[in-house]
Amino acid sequence: MDKFKAAGIRPVAISVDSPEVSRNLAQQAGYTFTFLSDPNTEAIRRYDLVHAGAGENGHDIARPAEFLIDSSGTVRWINLTENYWIRARPEQVLEVANLLK
Amino acid sequence: MTMRRFNWPLWVGFLLTLVAFITYFAVFVWFPFTRDFPWANLLIFLIAAVLVVMGVRRGFAPDRSHPTRSKVVTSIVAAVSVAVLGFFVFIVFVAARWLPPSKGAPQVGQQAPEFSLTDTTGKQVSLTELRTTPIDGKSPKGVLLIFYRGYW
Repeated sequence: MDKFKAAGIRPVAISVDSPEVSRNLAQQAGYTFTFLSDPNTEAIRRYDLVHAGAGENGHDIARPAEFLIDSSGTVRWINLTENYWIRARPEQVLEVANLLK
Repeated sequence: MTMRRFNWPLWVGFLLTLVAFITYFAVFVWFPFTRDFPWANLLIFLIAAVLVVMGVRRGFAPDRSHPTRSKVVTSIVAAVSVAVLGFFVFIVFVAARWLPPSKGAPQVGQQAPEFSLTDTTGKQVSLTELRTTPIDGKSPKGVLLIFYRGYW
């Protein structure tokens, strides 16, 4: 976490969870970065990451994905996993982050 | 001899099958090295399979005190073990790939779509704010958006 801060990168987690659920998750896991709530899949739809009906009671949720965006708003790196057990590792992201101005 | 009657390889193999299944989700999924490919769990499954096969041979041996009961019990335990392994492979390798193609996702070099969402304190936060608000007094180099399935 401190490594991201040192690299000038702000991690932001986004899901359909309510702010309360996200707050509990962040507290329990000791995460200090920003958690955003997207219950109506507004941002998730704009990034084409809607996994229709995959949530509880057939709710739409986000498929796992990571995007590194530079300070001008340009996408610099993306990771769209094909298997949801496989996620980006922090080292991979930091490697790309160090190339940013 | 009691050890001859109790088919320990069968039961230890069965228990190990359950251990192999549960430990992936309870333990190994927390470490990228054992999560991305579940080699630790497949190794435990392999040892379990060897024991179950030994157990099946024992269970079907002619010297059992209750040959029919032994065969029935052995068959059921072996079948459940195979089913647990099959279910594990299904969850980790098959169902986990049922993801949308996301062909319309922003590509490298494109402008990231703007959004504004609620944070855990109830405040509206936009992408522009995220990439311009200073981190420890310095302007940020970038924002890492992590979309996840959530706990609903």
